[in-house]
Amino acid sequence: MPAITPIVMPKWGLSMKEGTVNQWLVDEGGEIRVGQAIMEVETDKITGEVEASDAGLLRRRIASAGQTLPVKALLGVMAPPEVSDADIDGFVAGYVVPVEAEEEEGAASSAYQFVDVGGIRVRYARRGDDPRNVLLIHGFGGDLDNWLFNIDALSQQSTVVALDLPGHGQSDRTLPGRTLGELARFVIRFLDAVEIRRAHLVGHSLGGAIAAQMALDDPDRVESLALIASAGLGDQIDTGYTEGFVAAQSRRELKPLVEQLFARPELVTRQLLDDILRYKRLDGVSELLSELGGGLFAGGQQREQPGRRLGETGKRVLVVWGAGDRIIPATHAAHTPPSATRQIIEGAGHMVQMEKAGEVNAALTRHFLG
Amino acid sequence: MARKISIKDAIHEALDQEMARDPSVIVMGEDIVGGAGSPGERDAWGGVLGVTKGLYAKYSDRLLDTPLSESAYVGAAIGAACCGMRPVAELMFIDFMGVCFDQLFNQAAKFKYMFGGKARTPVVIRTMVGAGFRAAAQHSQMLTPIFTHIPGLKVVCPSTAYDAKGLLIQSIRDDDPVIFCEHKALYGLEGDVPEAPYAIPLGEATVVREGRSCSIVTYGMMVHRATEAAAALAKEGVDCEVVDLRSLSPLDLDTVIESVEKTGHLVCVDEAHPRCSIAADISAQVVQRAFPSLRAQIEMVTAPHTPVPFSPVLEDLYIPSAKQIAEAVHRAMSGAPR
Repeated sequence: MPAITPIVMPKWGLSMKEGTVNQWLVDEGGEIRVGQAIMEVETDKITGEVEASDAGLLRRRIASAGQTLPVKALLGVMAPPEVSDADIDGFVAGYVVPVEAEEEEGAASSAYQFVDVGGIRVRYARRGDDPRNVLLIHGFGGDLDNWLFNIDALSQQSTVVALDLPGHGQSDRTLPGRTLGELARFVIRFLDAVEIRRAHLVGHSLGGAIAAQMALDDPDRVESLALIASAGLGDQIDTGYTEGFVAAQSRRELKPLVEQLFARPELVTRQLLDDILRYKRLDGVSELLSELGGGLFAGGQQREQPGRRLGETGKRVLVVWGAGDRIIPATHAAHTPPSATRQIIEGAGHMVQMEKAGEVNAALTRHFLG
Repeated sequence: MARKISIKDAIHEALDQEMARDPSVIVMGEDIVGGAGSPGERDAWGGVLGVTKGLYAKYSDRLLDTPLSESAYVGAAIGAACCGMRPVAELMFIDFMGVCFDQLFNQAAKFKYMFGGKARTPVVIRTMVGAGFRAAAQHSQMLTPIFTHIPGLKVVCPSTAYDAKGLLIQSIRDDDPVIFCEHKALYGLEGDVPEAPYAIPLGEATVVREGRSCSIVTYGMMVHRATEAAAALAKEGVDCEVVDLRSLSPLDLDTVIESVEKTGHLVCVDEAHPRCSIAADISAQVVQRAFPSLRAQIEMVTAPHTPVPFSPVLEDLYIPSAKQIAEAVHRAMSGAPR
């Protein structure tokens, strides 16, 4: 019998319990291909697109716009044309939302771990269990939750580790230095601390520049590179954004800046801004970001560009960019070695891994497989 | 941010971290150490509800037990603030503040203005507010409006552990006198609080629940009653936005106006007496600033204009309930006054 495939409410990040359906992006009877955006779902953190993990024909839309439903609730049903409506009715009637293993307080907190790296306490998350290691490095002012829509998908076929860089997220507010060399050396020591010998590096923005520097300085620790909206490939950067982000004291000041990170500014929720403010208001964060940004982006441009020398390393390189990136121009993608795979994604800004998570995850998965 | 601590512990942590950071921070009050002659902290109460417990062991020379004379030690704290210290005076109940009105209203609040902007008075008065403790009329009042009325004083009243820590740290660092109001019924309430020190600016409201149908503006314990009402109303399809003012002076009217412009309906909730209350103030200012946005009358939910009753039955009736708030939302939405 041909398979009926359910479309269910995704779980984005650890804290998500339910989501609200904003709108369907596919009509009943429409063909869905893998990675296609099926619907828009709003959580307390951010609005995201549910992307198809399977291909098929959309036979039934179960959830309607405005409905708030728990994670794994049935949103829609895909099935080939030969499946009868009665069979679909039966499937819908028989669908039970899987009871999530009740996350104990301890289990929830162990989703994040801490490790001491040369006297700096670093928060990280580790998912999956596979000999292939993937390290996710976020950008300036970000944290590991920037990989909200990527970490679980990528961990299906890899062990994925994401860290909060020093001075970011919930890692200690101490910088190991303010050059890419010092930051790269720190991340290598982090890999030592979590006992990873060699990894595929995935870096977003500043994290991409750090990854490129690691490949130059410690090539034997690096399997391949995936650079997403990456710094370190050219001299242009909107320092109006980086400086404004550091200076912003309130939600009103922060909102227009954070909106610049997305092609669709309406994705920025109040909760996302509140979370950023909570981080920025910790003692020492403003000074630290100002010092880091001042060092790396002095005089309105990127001082160091290790990504331009990646040809020397012989590493495989994937470059992903949102076509609408307003922080670092997508034209910098051309500055990678000729052998690099380049993917410019329309309808996405600087946070392309959040806005077009499905496409980015698919590109990364292909890249890891070589 | 997995660590959850209570509001009481968040206040303790704020005091501890600021005392560690800045040697000019001193803490003074009645029984905050544990009474004269008590050795170490073992016998120490650490304040009437134990907020300062343990601080004496760390900062013995900066934790000052005072005589039972609010007028004397509040005056001393204000004087010390003028001379370069950052005192935090604990005045058990806001109800006792009457005996230091001259120190607060006519001295602390005025120094900056009387001395051409050259004097600073970085003093914090921590004090407990609110009813529900069966403590009768002299230990249960919500006197926030009285202090909000006085220019030169800042007034803060947090509703969560996260806010309590960040607002107290900012209050201590602030160069003006701050009346820091702690609701006694909320001390045990737990929430996510970062271990690191952080400051939340005074005069910034927060939207604790977003909604499109009706704005509920409040502060302190009433935030939780309002959230409860909003949850019940959501089941009926009424989508309320709850604004927590957090600081009453300075006041973030912009966030209130922004919310009313979106919803067109407003319910002001205040545990204080109705006359000249925060609810009355917000109502008047919204009418002035955003009258065209209002689609119906503003509703107020406050305590009645009576002293807090000692009878438990009457005291429970005295405090505005989630049910009363929900009813007020219905009135505001239907445009039918009571």
